Amino acid sequence: MADQTSHGIGGLTYDRKKRGWPNEANVFIALVAIILIFELLGQVLPYMNNQSMLFDFNEARDGTILNMARIKIVILQVAIIGIISLGVTQVIILGGIDLSSGPLVGAAAMIVMSFAQTELVNGQLNPKAVFGPWSFDLPVLAPILVGLAFGAMIGLINGSLIAFTGIPPFIATLGMFLICRGISQWWTKGQPVSFPSDQFAAIGSGMMPVVWFILLAIVLSLLMKYTVYGKHTYAIGSNEDAARMSGINVKGHKMMVYMIASMLAAFAAIVLSSKNLTAQAGMGQFYELYAIAMAVIGGVSLRGGRGSIVGTVLGAMVFGVIQSGFTFIKLDAFYQLMAMGSIIIGAVVLDQYRQRRATLR
Amino acid sequence: MSDDLILETRGLTKHYGGVHALENANFKLRRGEHIAIMGDNGAGKSTFVRQITGVETRTRGEIIFDGKPVHFEGPLEARQAGIETVFQTLALCDDLDVPDNLFLGREKTKFDWLGPFRILDYKAMREATMAGLERTAVKIPNIRGSIRNMSGGQRQCVAIARTATFHSKLTIMDEPTAALGVQETAQVENIVRTLKEAGEPLILVSHNMRQVMDLVDRIVVFRRGRIVADLAKEETDGQDVVAYITGAKTQPEFAEDGVL
Repeated sequence: MADQTSHGIGGLTYDRKKRGWPNEANVFIALVAIILIFELLGQVLPYMNNQSMLFDFNEARDGTILNMARIKIVILQVAIIGIISLGVTQVIILGGIDLSSGPLVGAAAMIVMSFAQTELVNGQLNPKAVFGPWSFDLPVLAPILVGLAFGAMIGLINGSLIAFTGIPPFIATLGMFLICRGISQWWTKGQPVSFPSDQFAAIGSGMMPVVWFILLAIVLSLLMKYTVYGKHTYAIGSNEDAARMSGINVKGHKMMVYMIASMLAAFAAIVLSSKNLTAQAGMGQFYELYAIAMAVIGGVSLRGGRGSIVGTVLGAMVFGVIQSGFTFIKLDAFYQLMAMGSIIIGAVVLDQYRQRRATLR
Repeated sequence: MSDDLILETRGLTKHYGGVHALENANFKLRRGEHIAIMGDNGAGKSTFVRQITGVETRTRGEIIFDGKPVHFEGPLEARQAGIETVFQTLALCDDLDVPDNLFLGREKTKFDWLGPFRILDYKAMREATMAGLERTAVKIPNIRGSIRNMSGGQRQCVAIARTATFHSKLTIMDEPTAALGVQETAQVENIVRTLKEAGEPLILVSHNMRQVMDLVDRIVVFRRGRIVADLAKEETDGQDVVAYITGAKTQPEFAEDGVL
């Protein structure tokens, strides 16, 4: 009886074995398949000399034959954009889109770094401080709170515009895209900000970005699955009118979702600037698109209502493996961009096809 | 005004510009009573329902619900006051499962001090859903599947079960079986009967004469924006009702000046 559920009505039961597997399983299979393809290419391509992408047979360090160095790089390079994509996932499930996250990373990084300055650089007074001496060696909480507050403000403006003026999310966040890019250049008139305090530098050092990514992914996954916040996000994305008729405060909820998404992007900016030990006005270029791509590859439907944080995390891994794999087989950067674009389009086409088939059944 | 009325309208009127869609409707619904509203297309049935449920604002007249005059600003206010409406276009979220849809906007939760992040009590909602739907004889293999993959009848049953589960003061159904097959219609009618047994009042807008004769206590006929008949089921039959719908007959007390 273990295979039967008691969730049928009218004498019907249903066989759990017959259930199609979840969408996330498909993404996982795609992930494995892509890894295998790159492994195969490493063996087949004549100029690769039978290299392996994931395994390192020559030096069995750490008691494992896995090429841990490469695996670490793969995860590390998707972790920061991954944090952004967690927020973007919620926005897309809500039925919206957020294009402002990339430039927000740039602007937030500049602002955050200004509040994270250290006093002495190589024994001399910090030559590049944005503010006066009062801003030296502030408690590490100060830049974090400033950054999150800035993110919350941008998100609140995004959400209010979308909820109260009724303009499409695409337009509202496209406007915010340019505004944020402007802010990041205006802040120091284009000068980079460097020399953070040691405490601040610790936030994103080593594998810390991965730790943050995993931690936030777990929290948000629970939020989306087990709380009213998550349920209402899915409901609004699925049928906004029905949600409104059911008494959900649609406007307030939209503002909250956009706010949380922007705060996640701001947090990504904190981690990124800490990792790089510097902030530049151009930081976060294309991040908004990569974040959307991760969600879409992970099975989040651009029509809203469908998708999950788990899917997005897997999507981020697929994204990272593809990027790393292209480098592994020594594909030039411009080919990488072209291939990446094709893969994103392919993921959406596949999703639409699957959805149509599911509806016909 | 007696206490056993749940809904009364006095002189309810709605004009769309020069079009008099609803004219001077005096309507009474007692507690526990099931009333059908019949009439040709454009007779004013849906207009009447839209005034009561707050979808539109009336031109003139009074609506007294549960002993108090009401002015609903929108459908949400009507719902909060206890009027549940099953609309022709179903207000369901395709990507959610049955319990989620049933409890949308009023979820059972734990740890309510968490505010918007309070935890959903899936188990309690599932059990309440099973208990609520079990009586209706609707067949759904798995209530945890998304609504998207369900048939029209199953979806309609979920929409109606939502009103039945929450024991509203008044349920309004606008053509609930118009798009359904025979079996599915029977399921919906089953739910209507459970409402009757529970003593919950209902306004049923329908074109289906057999269904109306089967289910309700009284039939109110609309024609050209006016109420032209208020018939107890026992004192009428299909032919009679059709005569009122088509204009062959008008009850004397509803006659316009000089026209019978």
